Amino acid sequence: METYIYLSFILVLAIFLGFELINKVPATLHTPLMSASNAISGITLIGALVLAGKSAAPEFATILGALAVVFATINVVGGYMVTDRMLAMFKKKGDK
Amino acid sequence: MTEISILIGFAYSISAILFIAGLKLLGHPSTARKGNKYSSIAMLIAVVVTLLDQGIIDYRWIAIAMIIGGLIGAVIAKRVEMTGMPEMVALFNGFGGISSLLVGWAAINAAPDMFALITIFLSILIGGVTFTGSLVAWGKLSERIMGRPIMFKGQSLVNSLIIVAIFVFAVMFVGEPTNLVYLYVLIALSLLFGIMFVIPIGGGDMPVVISLLNSYSGLAACAAGFAINNNLLIVAGCLVGASGIILTQIMCKAMNRSLKNVLFSGFASVSDGEGEEVEGEVKPIVAEDAFYILEAATTVAIVPGYGMAVAQAQHVVKELQETLEHNGAEVIYGIHPVAGRMPGHMNVLLAEADVSYDLLLEMEDINARMDNVDVCIVIGANDVVNPAARESKGSPIYGMPVINVDSAKTVFVLKRSMASGFAGIENPLFYKDNTRMLFGDAKESLGTLVREFSN
Repeated sequence: METYIYLSFILVLAIFLGFELINKVPATLHTPLMSASNAISGITLIGALVLAGKSAAPEFATILGALAVVFATINVVGGYMVTDRMLAMFKKKGDK
Repeated sequence: MTEISILIGFAYSISAILFIAGLKLLGHPSTARKGNKYSSIAMLIAVVVTLLDQGIIDYRWIAIAMIIGGLIGAVIAKRVEMTGMPEMVALFNGFGGISSLLVGWAAINAAPDMFALITIFLSILIGGVTFTGSLVAWGKLSERIMGRPIMFKGQSLVNSLIIVAIFVFAVMFVGEPTNLVYLYVLIALSLLFGIMFVIPIGGGDMPVVISLLNSYSGLAACAAGFAINNNLLIVAGCLVGASGIILTQIMCKAMNRSLKNVLFSGFASVSDGEGEEVEGEVKPIVAEDAFYILEAATTVAIVPGYGMAVAQAQHVVKELQETLEHNGAEVIYGIHPVAGRMPGHMNVLLAEADVSYDLLLEMEDINARMDNVDVCIVIGANDVVNPAARESKGSPIYGMPVINVDSAKTVFVLKRSMASGFAGIENPLFYKDNTRMLFGDAKESLGTLVREFSN
């Protein structure tokens, strides 16, 4: 039970922190913000990795884990790449 | 604690710091790219140390899965057009959802107690709803399925029954996690609910829906974090969840509607809300005449909408901007928060066309300057510039904040035809004395204007 109290504590702090941080993102960057958060939500990858590597024989849970790895990796790789592609285009006059 | 798990815990802390620093840097366009790099390094650290986990005894599946996922992700990221960003984000929200669902599902056997089972239920529910909801949103945005709200009799009753059933089966699942029937029904209901949740929402309300699903994909990751006892999943999931919720709020406010209204009402009140007949007549103008007015203008404001994305007109808009600047005029842009199909959509398109981001003004700022604007060019925007939102109490969009383009000395509206906008609402702007309609494809009309200047 202690673990869950500790995790809930982290949850509450992270929520407040998230609101503070995101409120400062200007409207002009909202699309890159969304694709970046697509990539960040791919963090489930690290949960999926452990589940996909648990056993050498292809158990059902291993297959589920591996599928989760596929989807989460799409998010991580695709999300960061497309965000970078977009942000590279945001220029001010005079920027090279 | 073994040495490895201490190392992992320590690395996760660093990773969390980098995620947070990355988002902080996303607060300004000049530092945003660096922020995204920080965030990706955070992810890399997290993945690498996780692979050191002693629970992992076989890397073959992992390697294959990561290669497949990485390739698909890279190809999508390279190929997607900037006009297609809303579809891509919707699809990625869905992938985030399904991976949380799968993680929750795969973690059932290892669940130590009832609380873990409850969080597994939540990660399956939120993940499933996010997955199918996002697929429907993606289909609507890419016009693979009908964009109109799909409503039927007894819809709310059906939805209520689904919700009740979800909770009944959740209780039975937590009580008896080994009974797979409960689990499968629960997964099926979650997926079904995702579909039911998005089909009644119209294409014009999609900015709200993608923002909300974005938030859900984060919350699903958060729930999965509880299910497998991982603090980094919780932190990162919360950051995404908060981001989506804030964007949802901004979108709702910009449409002057509550979230409840967007989610449950379709856009039903279109026909009966029309109080007043619009008076005046439509005054068309040809590009050649528009040129003479533009040539004399010293301040020009450009207000883009989804039509600019459809016509792929952002590059020729930039050309016109340069031509006008060359002619001695000042050119600014006015961006409404819900212009386009996702938050910030117009800004990305204009950035693609190399328009400097400091010329893109938010609604309040452009409205403050509109009285001094000689010519305002409206490109493919309709509801976000509709003065009925200010003037006519009977209008369904009454009270929605709009860009007051009609305060400019002259307004050019670039439009295909007189058909009404996405919400199907009459726009009195088209009948105002200072409005001139430039009919035709926006890209061609703008191209003609640019050519007129060079002659």
